Amino acid sequence: MKRQLPIFIVFITGIIMVIQFFVPHAWSEFLFTYANDFVIVIGILALPLGIFSLMRGTVKKAQRDPKERIFALATIAGFLVMVVAGVSRDNFTSPTSLLQYSFNYILIPCQATLFSMLAFYVASAAYRAFRVRTWLATVLLVTAFILMLRIVPLPGPLSEWVAALVRWILEVPNMAAKRAIIIGVGLGGVAYSMKIILGIERGYMGRD
Amino acid sequence: MADLHSSKHWYDYLLGIDRRWVYAVMAIAVIIPAIKSFDVPVGISSEVRNVFEYVDGLKPGDVILLGVDYEPSTLAELHPMSEAILSQAFEKDVKVILTTLSQFGPAMADEIITRIAHEYGKEHGVDYTFLGYKPYPAITILAMGTDFRVPFPTDYYGTEIDSIPMMQDLHNYDDVECVISIASGNSADFWIQYGNAKYGVQVALGVTGVMATDYYPYLQSKQLFGLIPGIKGAAEYETLRGKKGDASRAMPYQVTSHIAILLFMIVANIGYVTQRRAQHRAGMMR
Repeated sequence: MKRQLPIFIVFITGIIMVIQFFVPHAWSEFLFTYANDFVIVIGILALPLGIFSLMRGTVKKAQRDPKERIFALATIAGFLVMVVAGVSRDNFTSPTSLLQYSFNYILIPCQATLFSMLAFYVASAAYRAFRVRTWLATVLLVTAFILMLRIVPLPGPLSEWVAALVRWILEVPNMAAKRAIIIGVGLGGVAYSMKIILGIERGYMGRD
Repeated sequence: MADLHSSKHWYDYLLGIDRRWVYAVMAIAVIIPAIKSFDVPVGISSEVRNVFEYVDGLKPGDVILLGVDYEPSTLAELHPMSEAILSQAFEKDVKVILTTLSQFGPAMADEIITRIAHEYGKEHGVDYTFLGYKPYPAITILAMGTDFRVPFPTDYYGTEIDSIPMMQDLHNYDDVECVISIASGNSADFWIQYGNAKYGVQVALGVTGVMATDYYPYLQSKQLFGLIPGIKGAAEYETLRGKKGDASRAMPYQVTSHIAILLFMIVANIGYVTQRRAQHRAGMMR
């Protein structure tokens, strides 16, 4: 019963949601909205668990390694400051609030810095990885070279020629490969969903 | 060990450049335009032109939905797109509904809409509405197809949707001309899969440079009517508008950094090919 009941619930709700997708009726829309509310409620219930997990993990790490304590302190302090700063709704819209200052002068620069560092890693990876080892690697190298070359202003007709070549690469070989991947992923998703609905795949219940 | 070192050839040096030198060259490449900037000619691609011409062809009073669906990490690349589209819409007296499906989006969306609306003398609730953020992009996009009021009963500032003059007759995607999502994550896919496929709304995307190749299949299938790829796409849009902005100013940095990467690729391959030939010759001699 402990196993059959969840499988039965998943089967019934799965079938209902599949049918609902193709029925443009007010009741169908109501059902859909109601089901979506459940998803949001479950997500909200997961939030305290996430916060607890973050705090426990940070404290444990600090206890284990004294060198980590300063980072743990920064994590907890940052978390608490953002929670306190975000308690009042007015702070969201006031450009001079602590929340906005933290967002504009801490979060944005930190995230932008991390993302910008990718450029350095990309340069290093391009230097090491793009080599004419095999003919397939050569195709990859030439394609990457042409795609990057389109950013660089080239003299006269050469620029137009590169632009046309880039367009062809994106619209023909790239699209063929991407489309095959997308269709494959789509079919895989449908197959996996069917397996869950029919009770064949039971991984979501923990160890089967 | 000494023998090994003395037998090192010039091509071995080309292949063994320390990664710190790579980083140093890259740093110099991005510092150069900061010291002395230069103009970069930008060729216009059809996918960017399509977005520009679509917005340009709208009539005063038409409504578009602009999704600020990106994180602060991609702000430099994607904010200029939002800025250009918002400015163009306000210039044409097109009304704008703003939403965000990214958790860090609200502050950025609020900043940009407030600034640009002020610049063009547009009024909140009359010329634009910022609905705010809701989690779960797929669910939010699907729910907006039923009614904007389902996921957003109030706007970002807490005003009831029904008391916003602009929103009185706007209920779902049938009432907007198009959706333009500026996205750095999978919300772009959801706009195609649910916004376009289920509800038939016209969708265009503005995405980061690395994401762009993923969305070309949807251009050919007409599930997207346009695509703005990365900072170059944003610069193209600014060029089409005839107003240089942050994207155009960022292009010199793109050019120098790309040249640096291309040079590293050339250097590594000269070293690799020469080394392979030398090894081949040595093998023949033995």
